[in-house]
Amino acid sequence: MGMMEKLDEVTSSEAREYLTFRLDQEEYGIDILKVQEIRGYEPPTRVANAPSFIKGVVNLRGTIVPIVDMRLKFNCSKAEYNSFTVVIILNLRNRIVGVVVDSVSDVMELPPESIKAAPEVDSVIDSGAVLGLGSLGDRMLILLDIERLMSAPDMGLVGASE
Amino acid sequence: MEIRIGPLERPEQADAVTELFRDIPGLGEISSLPIVASNSRLFLVKTQSSDEDLLDLFAFHVSRDYIQIRESTVAATTEAVPEATAVVSELVVPGDDPQPGAPLAPLPGYGFFDGAPGAPVTAGASVSAESRAAKVPAKVAPPNAAMQPEAATIRVAISKVDQLINLVGELVITQAMLAQNSRALDPAVYQQLLSGLADLDRNTRDLQESVMSIRMIPMSIVFSRFPRMLRDLASKLGKKVDFVTQGEATELDKGLVEKITDPLTHLVRNSCDHGVESPAERIAAGKSETGTITLSASHQGGSIVIEVRDDGKGMSRQKILNKARERGLDVSDQMSDGEVWQLIFAPGFSTAEVVTDVSGRGVGMDVVKRNIAALNGTVEIDSAEGYGMKVSVRLPLTLAIMDGMSVGVGGEVYILPLSSVVESFQVKADAVSTVGQGSQLVKVRDEYMPVIELEKIFQIPRFDFDKSCDIMVVVEADGSRVALLVDELLGQQQVVVKNLESNYRKVPNVSGATILGDGKVALILDTGALVRRSRH
Repeated sequence: MGMMEKLDEVTSSEAREYLTFRLDQEEYGIDILKVQEIRGYEPPTRVANAPSFIKGVVNLRGTIVPIVDMRLKFNCSKAEYNSFTVVIILNLRNRIVGVVVDSVSDVMELPPESIKAAPEVDSVIDSGAVLGLGSLGDRMLILLDIERLMSAPDMGLVGASE
Repeated sequence: MEIRIGPLERPEQADAVTELFRDIPGLGEISSLPIVASNSRLFLVKTQSSDEDLLDLFAFHVSRDYIQIRESTVAATTEAVPEATAVVSELVVPGDDPQPGAPLAPLPGYGFFDGAPGAPVTAGASVSAESRAAKVPAKVAPPNAAMQPEAATIRVAISKVDQLINLVGELVITQAMLAQNSRALDPAVYQQLLSGLADLDRNTRDLQESVMSIRMIPMSIVFSRFPRMLRDLASKLGKKVDFVTQGEATELDKGLVEKITDPLTHLVRNSCDHGVESPAERIAAGKSETGTITLSASHQGGSIVIEVRDDGKGMSRQKILNKARERGLDVSDQMSDGEVWQLIFAPGFSTAEVVTDVSGRGVGMDVVKRNIAALNGTVEIDSAEGYGMKVSVRLPLTLAIMDGMSVGVGGEVYILPLSSVVESFQVKADAVSTVGQGSQLVKVRDEYMPVIELEKIFQIPRFDFDKSCDIMVVVEADGSRVALLVDELLGQQQVVVKNLESNYRKVPNVSGATILGDGKVALILDTGALVRRSRH
């Protein structure tokens, strides 16, 4: 999917709401409709042979949910676990996954015109997973296609058979 | 005899019964009798089969609660009139129920329904209540509670039940937490609170038990499909087979019931096709003409055992060994019977001389074994040539709950299926010997078995270096044993098995996950995979 088409997908529709969160100094936004809930961080049960950014699995009211630390995934300089660390529980095509972020800022409505195409830059994030850049005054919001990011093979969240 | 079916919401269902008679040769003749009530049907049947057989057969179309079978008075009255009165008077009590619309008066007319469709229907509902009361002493009348099966059961999506089970599981965890926290309270001061918590404890346990039992359904659901299948098959093969079921009331988890049906069908078909001989062969062998296939279910400990037995020709050890040699399998005459029987589970193995459309293609037993192994079950075969064979399928009671043994390694907790734990012991350093600079072996009562260090397999970080693994748990799976090295044994508990793959992926050597009393997740070890791992 080319950059322009992707942008079209974002901009063609009505203004969408995004949940914004912080990883270190960067601000990210994800589609609010993919978010199931937000909860505090509790130490998960470690799973053997998993990449370092998969912290393990937790019990979410009887469901076993894997926890991904986005800060480790995106090579943030530090990944601390304190009382402010939050987990965003995402519901992506009936699969539930939790992502650890530094903090959740707010929910924002972004009109299509304030979303710009992201230039091709060399980064740890698969450029296909960046929907665009939202500008809010002097703040820059990196809009992520969280579903694509989480189902990428290098996340190791989905079995090879699927 | 006369068969009455009804009252039904859709009387057309009953008409399907006539098709049964048309489709099954030798069952007998059926003719419809005039309809007396719009919601029921009356049939006249001539048959050699017993009432019970007919009910089984009809159960495919109509619930047996609706079916009443009576000796018909038609034959009696036409053959010998003096006897007819006797028959009718005998029938006074059961005679009430076949026709709620008819008061007692027209009873003698019953025998002549064929030609006289003028029974009064006007009496209506007021009499029907009365006749229902009279139904209780009738011979074939169903129990009262079964009169409204629609009201007695509801169909619920399995996902709703699962959600209920999950929620109750959460409740149990919360309750355990409350109990833990309240332990430090002074009973004298907090007497009311503590007694409330004790009530909560009891109620949650009861609730959990009853919620769990929702998923259990009786084996009769599975068994009920076999009589017809066998009858069709036996008539196709020209064999005579009696089908006996035992333990229909044994309850099994719904998920298991669905998965066990196909393997069982295969086993029953095998017994009929390969096991039971043709009537001529049976007589020549000095057996009764009719073979018997028995399907039984029973609880044994924490598992359910389903057996398919037949009194047919059994398996020939020599034939299997010959066939195995033909196929280039590694066999010897010294193999024990048990090992020989296991050969038939090899893919593509068949000793049938002729491939029929029923069986003999060699795909089957290996699939049966695989399907059952996937359910954590085992298959055992016992056979005596000339006397029949027995296949026992052993399954866990439910897939949702398992008896587990929790072990601690480093700071982590893992669950072992209790069914595969053989023993555990404290190991002395000198009991472990190494082979080829790596694999470790431990000697247990003159038997060497491989040692698996869970710490290494699961890359468990260790912070407390003073502590070390010195307890071994011997587990058995797929017929071989390995010793797992763990730090400590934490206890036994029933665990609710959760799927790890629904939100994550398959983790090597782990079969699932569960939630511990403190709300934490613990992984359940896949002993089968651990044993296989040690072989390579």
